[in-house]
Amino acid sequence: MPTQIAKRLATAIPTLIGVVIVTFLLTRVLPGDTAVYFAGPAATPQAIEEVRKNLGLDKPLPAQFADYVKGLASGNLGQSLSTGQPVLSDIRTRLPASAELTLSGLLLAILIAVPLGIVAAVRQGSWIDHACRIVATAGVSLPVFFSGLLLVYVFYYKLDWAPPPLGRLDVFHSAPHYVTGFYLIDSLLAGNLDTFRAALAQLALPAVTLAVFALAPITRMTRASMLAALASDFVRTARANGLSFYTVIVTYAFRNAMLPVVTTLGMVFSFLLGANVLVEKVFAWPGIGSYAVDALIKSDYAPVQGFVLVMGILYVLLNFLIDLLYGIIDPRVRIEG
Amino acid sequence: MSPAEANTGAVGAPESANALAATLRHARYTFAENPVSGFAFFLFVLLLLCAAFGPYLVPYDPLASDTSAALAPPSLHHLFGTDQIGRDIFSRVIVATRLDMSIAIASVALVFALGGLAGIAAGFFGGWVDQVVGRLADTIMAFPLFVLAMGIVAALGNTVTNIVIATAIINFPLYARVARAEANIRREAGFVQAARLTGNGDIRILLTQILPNIMPIMVVQMSLTMGYAILNAAGLSFIGLGVRPPTPEWGIMVAEGAGFIVSGDWWIAFFPGLALMLAVFCFNLLGDGLRDIVDPQRRS
Repeated sequence: MPTQIAKRLATAIPTLIGVVIVTFLLTRVLPGDTAVYFAGPAATPQAIEEVRKNLGLDKPLPAQFADYVKGLASGNLGQSLSTGQPVLSDIRTRLPASAELTLSGLLLAILIAVPLGIVAAVRQGSWIDHACRIVATAGVSLPVFFSGLLLVYVFYYKLDWAPPPLGRLDVFHSAPHYVTGFYLIDSLLAGNLDTFRAALAQLALPAVTLAVFALAPITRMTRASMLAALASDFVRTARANGLSFYTVIVTYAFRNAMLPVVTTLGMVFSFLLGANVLVEKVFAWPGIGSYAVDALIKSDYAPVQGFVLVMGILYVLLNFLIDLLYGIIDPRVRIEG
Repeated sequence: MSPAEANTGAVGAPESANALAATLRHARYTFAENPVSGFAFFLFVLLLLCAAFGPYLVPYDPLASDTSAALAPPSLHHLFGTDQIGRDIFSRVIVATRLDMSIAIASVALVFALGGLAGIAAGFFGGWVDQVVGRLADTIMAFPLFVLAMGIVAALGNTVTNIVIATAIINFPLYARVARAEANIRREAGFVQAARLTGNGDIRILLTQILPNIMPIMVVQMSLTMGYAILNAAGLSFIGLGVRPPTPEWGIMVAEGAGFIVSGDWWIAFFPGLALMLAVFCFNLLGDGLRDIVDPQRRS
């Protein structure tokens, strides 16, 4: 296992280098002259030259890249003009909010999609199978910001079940003591059930919005790979040997069908992290997505670049974790590694 | 398997007129057998009509405000209601079709040209071309795609053209990979060797032999990614990139209506969102239908 991890890590490194190069290039093609932009509108030509020198923009491109990497290594992602804080610390304080939302959405989606996909495959052609198809097609067609707004209208305005879509906690509650940054976990650790309920109420709608979005690919993949597994020789053999329905479905078919589903999780994460930005905007969720959007509107580019870089790195790491998970589920991968 | 389906075994490489006739037969069969694809095609025609003639048919000027009729719910006068300054939502939704479709079609055409050609070259030549294209695709795929699109628009500047470019870039890996795989399995095919034997150069073979043969699969790919391109562009404009108010565009109209949802004025965001959803739905279904026609074995 350790050699496999090392091997996989070695293939992740070129990807990480690629991510850094792309974000560096994105910082270099800023609209207009970067130095003029940072010097401000009232700057004299001398001041602009000064800024150019200070930012290192007068150096050749490889030297600038070296500076950029050096800055990254020391955790310097630049300064946000609108919040006045270093981008890294801004992102660090907001990351738990985004992570809590994305992971809850994903968890919810898996809990619904995997059983739905299995039932659809086992009872192929039944009404559940048709429902599964509709969910899968509608889910990919629904713009995530639109489904979020629909949920707000129905559950907040019409039914009044949900709190107003404004952030992680209403004004009557204060954030629980920081342990993990996840309000649901932190409030439970503090034994504060009231805060837990309030945080859960705020989280419910955005998490459901994300889950609806992620349902489609997971359901589709579970159904397809379950069908393939059920049609395979080893399932036929298991059936012929008189194993129970449950054993055949869960131990034989499901475990093998999980492999392609885990592989799709990488793609699902790509969609989720993007959709997260839009959902955060709809629900005024104080995560890194809404941070980047706010900065983008104010033409404050350092936070956007920091956001793209952090998301890129996170996504590479997530894919790495998914590969490790793959090895745990499938012993064959482990042996080959 | 019915005879009509069995007929299409040869459609993968439409080399004879017979195959074309078989494709048409199969297309008719698919639409008849699958009313959903027929419905998608109907929606597609409707979208095209709205894009082409919408601006001349709408009852109101999409930009004209009328404060006396502000925030009116849907009625016979205003089918989809009016927004906070009394603009007619119905007219705005119809007029917006052209812009939304143009953005999506332009970006898909761009990525078809760039990704498709790069992929064909990679699959046909192999070697360093393959390496470079593969690396490029991998690097793009290393980002959550919508996030990368945001970054690209932020870097290139906040314009509609750059939304088109960003949407094309994030779709590049998909096109490059499909084109590469399809070109790769054909590079030693009999007709390619025959073309080479008769003295055709590589570029000529690529353009006259390989490209026409992988066209059907690329067209399916285009239809399948069209929905995604529309969603992506609308998402970008929803967060305030590219299109600027008061231009009618579905994404930005949903964003404008978002603030009114909590006070119950649902129609401002609902109808543009619905239009968006139907457009994406239409292209996804159409893509599935086209795939059934071109490649009956990969039927979902």
